[in-house]
Amino acid sequence: MTKVLLEIQNIVKEFPGVRALDNVNIKVREKTIHALVGENGAGKSTLMKVLSGVHPHGTYEGKIIWDGGECRFRDIRESEKKGIVIIHQELALIPQLSIMENLFLGNEQQKKGVIDWEKCRFEAIRLMELVGLKEKPETLINQIGVGKQQLVEIAKALAKKVRLLILDEPTAALNEEESERLLNLILRLRDDHGMTGIIISHKLAEVTKVADDITVLRDGSTVETLFAASDLITEERIIQGMVGRELTNLYPSRDSEIGEVRFEIRDWVVYSEEYKDKIMIDHINMKIKRGEVVGIAGLMGAGRTEFAMSVFGRSFGSRVQGIVVKDGTEINVSTVSSAIENGIAYLTEDRKALGLLLQESIKGNISLPSLHKLARKGVVNQNEEIKVAEEYIERLGIKAPGIFQTTNNLSGGNQQKVLLARWIYADPDLLILDEPTRGIDVGAKYEIYHIINELAAQGKCILVISSELPEVLGTSDRIYVMNEGRIAGEFTREEATQEKIMKSILQSNRRN
Amino acid sequence: MNQGRKFHLDFKKYGMVIALVVITALFQWLTEGVLLAPMNISKLLMQNGYILILAIGMLPIILTGDIDLSVGSVVALVGAVTSKLLVGEARMPVALGIAIGLLVGILIGIWHGFWIAYVKVPAFIATLAGMLFFRGLTLVITQGKTIGPYPDAYQYIAQAYLPDVGGASQIHLTTILIGAALIVVFLITQLQKRRREISYGFAVSGSGVYTLKLVVMAGLIAFATYWFTRFKGAPVILLILGLLTFVYSFVTEKTVLGRHIYALGGNERATALSGIKTKRVKFMTFVNMGLLAAFAGIVYSARINCANPTAGDGFELDAIAACYIGGASASGGVGRISGAIVGGLVMGVLNNGMSIIGVGTDWQKSIKGLVLLAAVVFDIVNQTKKK
Repeated sequence: MTKVLLEIQNIVKEFPGVRALDNVNIKVREKTIHALVGENGAGKSTLMKVLSGVHPHGTYEGKIIWDGGECRFRDIRESEKKGIVIIHQELALIPQLSIMENLFLGNEQQKKGVIDWEKCRFEAIRLMELVGLKEKPETLINQIGVGKQQLVEIAKALAKKVRLLILDEPTAALNEEESERLLNLILRLRDDHGMTGIIISHKLAEVTKVADDITVLRDGSTVETLFAASDLITEERIIQGMVGRELTNLYPSRDSEIGEVRFEIRDWVVYSEEYKDKIMIDHINMKIKRGEVVGIAGLMGAGRTEFAMSVFGRSFGSRVQGIVVKDGTEINVSTVSSAIENGIAYLTEDRKALGLLLQESIKGNISLPSLHKLARKGVVNQNEEIKVAEEYIERLGIKAPGIFQTTNNLSGGNQQKVLLARWIYADPDLLILDEPTRGIDVGAKYEIYHIINELAAQGKCILVISSELPEVLGTSDRIYVMNEGRIAGEFTREEATQEKIMKSILQSNRRN
Repeated sequence: MNQGRKFHLDFKKYGMVIALVVITALFQWLTEGVLLAPMNISKLLMQNGYILILAIGMLPIILTGDIDLSVGSVVALVGAVTSKLLVGEARMPVALGIAIGLLVGILIGIWHGFWIAYVKVPAFIATLAGMLFFRGLTLVITQGKTIGPYPDAYQYIAQAYLPDVGGASQIHLTTILIGAALIVVFLITQLQKRRREISYGFAVSGSGVYTLKLVVMAGLIAFATYWFTRFKGAPVILLILGLLTFVYSFVTEKTVLGRHIYALGGNERATALSGIKTKRVKFMTFVNMGLLAAFAGIVYSARINCANPTAGDGFELDAIAACYIGGASASGGVGRISGAIVGGLVMGVLNNGMSIIGVGTDWQKSIKGLVLLAAVVFDIVNQTKKK
């Protein structure tokens, strides 16, 4: 066993009314990648805040031993001085500044307060090479994609002479290729530069790929640590530790009763918002039947979200062409309100920016699109509204102190259920779910799949967009594969396999 | 699921009400009882009525996350317009003059609403332009001169007291009748509300506490009524303010439109994706502001009994400050009409109280600035404590 670089001993952290961390013990060995997994609300982020000094010494119990000595960080600066750098899920880059300027933000290359731009540039090029960025150092952050921004964050950490790099959900916003590149970089930094890493992730496949050790957290306590060298690590084994039971079937089974074609989208064409000549969605045709769950698979940037949002009241794109037919007659979907009136609902992939009113209560979030249903002559019946909210909290199993709870304090899974409640109460005929389980834990995922099945059993049409192929395969009756704004393939549940879907994507790439 | 609604003081909600009570008590003591004398209360309402009207219009705009800097200039412009119509040769009927004044306000609201909601000019810039533009128009119309006096009927809104239907007697009967009616309406709506809540099976506060609450509230109304009868009765402006507060509280808190305004301020894109016509909602808040700014302009010019090219200077800041002192959030989505009224009254009491004890306007401004800062700091501290 190599030397232990960081030891977390009996950490207890309490917030008013909640014990967020309850006796956490972790040993991170030097020059290894240590993965931290657990359901949402298991305490991973809180632990990292304790470790990096966001929650200063004195606000928690227990000890942090770093390189043999106890640490009492008062703020982030102190932990960074020791070489502990954390990269949060929401990147801390300034979009209007260049890569170079961002790299040395707060760590400026200066002499007596005057910035040494030559040294800055020289260092920036060296660091960017290290992480595999080929852009010019002067390129602005808002001109590069999320994947490359993530690399800038890592380069920034390297500039601070990092010894322990903590990555919180580093690949949540990346596509598979970018994720792959990032994970390989982390491994390379471990091997060539002796860096130690902690990675927090929901994606168990990538955890098994990069981690040397895996610690599982549940309800604020450490459950176990698995060692890749000695233990047999599989996704099932990790899930077992996370949920405390064996999850035999990730996707609840369902007997689908599929009826006639209800919705049909014909020759759907959408152009880009920024560049009016750039075609984003190219003649898409799609049919959805009564009681059917239709999946749309594809890589990031395939145009799936853009397609769904353009159908939902032209919420994306310009120069939208094509028609939507419901039960044989064309319907008006030119505005969001007319799309809703005609029975279409869209649950966004970005629940914080495009879905929730974070300062508003659960009740107000559920009723938002349906207030007119609760109102007479424009006056909302608030008692009825309370009744509805209580009903949906119960029905979808939303865990919250009550319906007046604001949604910013809820976990990701419960936030997602609030949005589901919103759209189920709106009573649509076609429910489009865009990445319905992104960033939520295994238990809540299962419950959401269950809700999807229930809705289908009621005869609703469901369209599921997901970047996780197993999810598309596990939930859908039929699957469309999208690539570069076009339909690249169509499979029934029986035909579809991950290999076939990937192959159809690659083939459609080659045709171009 | 419904925990019994226990009685506990919500500081965020009632903090400013408490502050208002404390400030009032302080000045009542400092002024040796002059502040709350019936005559002074009427004066205080007349002096601050137009700010309160502006604050009522400003709050929905602040709720949607915008701001309107032009209202001071609109106050001046509308005053100038009505003076042209009602003073001198023109001598239009007063009602017509007021109607045209209000129409001017609506047109200004449409103007701002169009640029802000549909062309997406930031409200700060569009209304800053409006502030300069309408101030300029005022100077053009008045040719830089003060125009007055207005006909008596025009001054009525701002300066008069309710006519006494009782005639000869010492007691002001109209005020008493209105007070009694208020108590009855209050009791009926409260009882109905409780009955509906019970019929929905919600937990309600115990009947003892409930009765106490009703009695205290009814008592307060009765006392206020009695207090006003001690001097000429209730001023007309009080009735107007009461009505506006009631209507706008109702609209913002109980109607679909009101809920859309709050939602828009909370998360504009999420609200649009819920099928709400966000542009129209935004547009409406500015049209409404134009209307109320015009109304404030009429009340103000009626009070000072002339149209003045520099009228309304800085009113926009007072109205905005009233909203923030009253608990509205600068980022939108949070705030109440009653809060804005309390915020406006806090400033009014400060102004009035300081004037009585002889503090100069120089210091008055500084102190108001500090109060605004203190109110917002109080809010922020409260919120971080909650986390």
